[in-house]
Amino acid sequence: MDFASSDRAATQPTEITSAKIVIAGGFGVGKTTLVGAVSEIEPLTTEAVMTSAGAGIDDASKVPGKATTTVAMDFGRITMADDLILYLFGTPGQTRFWFMWDELIRGAVGAAVLVDTRRLTDAFAPLDYFENRHLPYLVAVNCFDDAPRYEPEEVREALAIPAHVPLLMCDARHRDSVKAVLIGVVEHAMATLVAEHEKGHPAPVG
Amino acid sequence: MTEPHDPRGNLVRPYAVTRGRTEPIRDIPIEAVLVAGSAAVQEARFAGHDKYRIALLCEPKAQSLAELAALTRLPLGVARVLVADMVADGLLTLHSAAPRTGFSERMDLLGRVLGGLRKL
Ligand SMILES: Nc1nc2c(ncn2[C@@H]2O[C@H](COP(=O)(O)OP(=O)(O)O)[C@@H](O)[C@H]2O)c(=O)[nH]1
Ligand SMILES: [Mg+2]
Repeated sequence: MDFASSDRAATQPTEITSAKIVIAGGFGVGKTTLVGAVSEIEPLTTEAVMTSAGAGIDDASKVPGKATTTVAMDFGRITMADDLILYLFGTPGQTRFWFMWDELIRGAVGAAVLVDTRRLTDAFAPLDYFENRHLPYLVAVNCFDDAPRYEPEEVREALAIPAHVPLLMCDARHRDSVKAVLIGVVEHAMATLVAEHEKGHPAPVG
Repeated sequence: MTEPHDPRGNLVRPYAVTRGRTEPIRDIPIEAVLVAGSAAVQEARFAGHDKYRIALLCEPKAQSLAELAALTRLPLGVARVLVADMVADGLLTLHSAAPRTGFSERMDLLGRVLGGLRKL
């Protein structure tokens, strides 16, 4: 044991706030790549045990006879200050694990839905999900090298993305590009919050 | 910054944990961070292997519930029960997730996150 660290706790700020941004999208769309491009740690994976029906459980032995699945999600961390940490959570690839998505978005600042133009239809389920939740989100088109190039407005039309949802192009491998996506999410969250406040009925997030 | 509710309100008693962690606790957000003082780490030596590992991880650096689950390779639900238990026993300090209500509180947080991202 390292007893020399006994006064470390005293140097911790009294209250540390942590926030999260959710990175959603289908399998292979670049979520882990995006998280890794800005995270200070190698993206970590956490696992939750689910019944096959999709309800989250904590102990598989509690539901004998029911098939269970392990659903994995990965995440990264950006320590912004002694008292502020931002986490980036990638959704599980399979959109059928709605339970896990609900847990992930609860209390989130906002979300980015990543889209791969080679498999546009994979984006429908995530987009539907966010359209029916009260969480500010934007769409980020991940520009794979061998993907057909579309104008942003073509993607918006093809996916029927509402006008109030920001859409931008990105490269999930590049830090500056990912930074721009995350800044876009937060700016959109601020604009949404201000608009709700002016209308006089702010709703809680998530 | 105040929590909307006290997450310790719904705790399972320790016996529930030792009997197979049957009570799922959903109160601790996955991104909420936990910290252990060095005295608490010493105390956690006697709290069982997994709790001791969790305490050790939270001493040098604040760690989220998600990080604790990932680093200990425990399923999220199991880590959540252990962590909630440790908070109740004073082995870990639970810090707050982003405020979900209050216009100025939420704007302040968004502004700070935006500033942090711009500095990246
Ligand atoms: N060319 C290119 N490849 C990418 C990009 N983003 C991700 N990839 C690759 O696509 C594959 C899937 O990415 P991954 O981040 O694992 O997707 P996830 O399933 O959404 O987490 C990996 O081999 C990445 O290296 C990108 O912007 N451009
Ligand atoms: Mg991934």
